[in-house]
Amino acid sequence: MADDTKPEETPGPKIVPPTGEATKAAAASAPPTAAAHAAAKPAAPRPPAAPVPDLAGRTTSVASPGGAAAAAKPAPAAAKSTTRDADDSSPLLNRRAWMGLAWGAFSAASAAALAATGRFMFPNVLNEPPQQFKAGFPNEYGQGVDERWKEKFGIWIVRIADENVEPHGSGFYALFTICTHLGCTPNFLSAENKFKCPCHGSGYRTTGVNFEGPAPRPLERAKIGLSDDGQILVDKSRKFQYELGQWTDPDAFLKA
Amino acid sequence: MADTKTISPKEGPGTQFWNWLTETQLWTSVFRHGRPDSDRNRVLVMLSNVFLHLHPVRIRKSGVKLRYTWCMGGLSFFLFLVLTFTGLLLMFYYRPTLEYAYSDIIGLREHVPLGIMREMHRWGAHAMVITVWLHMFRVFMTGSYKPPREFNWSVGVIMLVLTLLLSFTGYLLPWDQLAIWAITVGSNMARATPFLGYEGPGAQLLRLGDVPLIHAYDDARFALLGGSFVGEGALLRFYVLHCVGLPLGIAVLMAVHFWRVRKDGGISGPL
Repeated sequence: MADDTKPEETPGPKIVPPTGEATKAAAASAPPTAAAHAAAKPAAPRPPAAPVPDLAGRTTSVASPGGAAAAAKPAPAAAKSTTRDADDSSPLLNRRAWMGLAWGAFSAASAAALAATGRFMFPNVLNEPPQQFKAGFPNEYGQGVDERWKEKFGIWIVRIADENVEPHGSGFYALFTICTHLGCTPNFLSAENKFKCPCHGSGYRTTGVNFEGPAPRPLERAKIGLSDDGQILVDKSRKFQYELGQWTDPDAFLKA
Repeated sequence: MADTKTISPKEGPGTQFWNWLTETQLWTSVFRHGRPDSDRNRVLVMLSNVFLHLHPVRIRKSGVKLRYTWCMGGLSFFLFLVLTFTGLLLMFYYRPTLEYAYSDIIGLREHVPLGIMREMHRWGAHAMVITVWLHMFRVFMTGSYKPPREFNWSVGVIMLVLTLLLSFTGYLLPWDQLAIWAITVGSNMARATPFLGYEGPGAQLLRLGDVPLIHAYDDARFALLGGSFVGEGALLRFYVLHCVGLPLGIAVLMAVHFWRVRKDGGISGPL
C-alpha cells in the first residue's frame, strides 16, 4: 500500500473555489463521485470563469450561473460533503432517475430477449402430417378395422357393414391409435379382433372401448365425414370421447 | 527458492539439469509455489489453483473414511467425467436424425474399434444415477443438509433433477422402439404440467374468450418435443439438451457445490 512513487497529494481541499461555477468546472474534469476529491487536485487552479462545455443540458447553470449549483452545494469546500455534486442537480433527470431509467430499460430488454428465446422454441411450421386428410372412397373399405392410415396419420378407420348394429347402423368411424393409458400405439390383432397395446397390455374392442389392462377409458374418435368429391374426410383436430357422451355426435360417425 | 538451494560439487548431470529446469521462467510460472511440504505451501498451492481451490485445504479425518462418506459424491463426479469423455467420443459418430440415429448406434457397436464405448456411456449413466441417489442418502443420514449446508443441499437437489433429465434425454437417442415409447410415455407427463400443460390443472383458465392459450401445440410438452409427437424434432432437441444444455448446467452447479462444501466448513463431521 505504501506507494511512495506517487507524487505527494495536496493535503486536503485547501483550494477553495470562489464560486460554485468553479466547483462545477473541477467536478466536470473528474468522475462525478469524486467531486470533493477533485477539488483537491492540482487541476483546481484553472481560471474560475472558464466556460465549461455544458453537458447536454444536464444543468441549468447557463441561465443562472452559480445559482442552482451553489444552492445544491452549500458547502463546496467541505471534505466530507454529503450533498450531491453539481452535475446531479438537473430537475429533469438526476442520477437516481437516470439509473432507474437505465435499469428499467435493461430489464425490459432482458425480458424481451427472454420472451423471444421462449418463442423461438415454438416453430411456425411443423414438418408433421396434416390434421385433416382424405381417406379414399367409402367403397374402398371392407368390413372391420382398416390399418392403411395408421402409420402416416395415426388413425384406424373402422367400417360397420351391418345395418342392425347399435347405435348408428352401418357406417364408418375413425379411431385414434393412441392408447389412453400412457400414449403408446396399440396393435390390431385381427385373429382376436381387438386392439392390444404392447407397452402395458391394455386391450380395446374394435369399437374402441377398453376391456382389459390399465387403460382408463376408451380410445378417442376423430371427426369423420365426406368431402366434396365423395371421399372420406378425417379431421384429427376434433376429438370425441366416449366417457363424455361425444360418440353420439353426428360428426363422430359417418353413416353410409 | 534459489536462496534455499545449496550447490554441492558432487551434483551429477541429472541433478544439474533438474536444477536448471526448475529455475526456468516457464517452470516457475507453472509451479508458482514450492513443494507442498509445509502448511503454508499447502495452503498457497490450494488457493492459487482454480481447480484445487474448490476443495478445502484441510478436511476432517472422518472426511476420508469410506464408511462415513461412502465416496458417493466423488464417485458421482468421477462418473460425470467418464460420461463427458465417452459421450464426446460418441458424438463423433452419432447423427441425431431419423435416417441415421438408429444405424449409427448399431455402427458404434459393430463398425467402430472399442465398440464398448457406448456401453461404457450407458452403464456409466446407470451407475451415476445410483451413486447420486446414494450420495443424497448418505448426506441425509449424516444430517449434512442441516445449517449451514441447506443451500448446498438445494443445489444438490437441482443437480439430482439434472442428472435424471440427462438420463431421460439420453434414453431417446438410440431411437429404437424402447426409446421412442419410453419417451412417449415420459413426455406425456408434461401434458399435466400446472398451467403450462394443456391437460394440466389451471390450463383451462388461461384463455382469451373461446381461444385457449395453452393447447396441444404450444404447451410444455410441445416445447420439449418440438412437435406434437416424438419425432425428428424431439430427437434433435433431446440430443442438444443431452450433449450441451444439461451438462453445461450441471457443470456450473458442480463448481458451486464443491465450493460450498469448502465454504461451509468442509465435509461434515460425524454427529
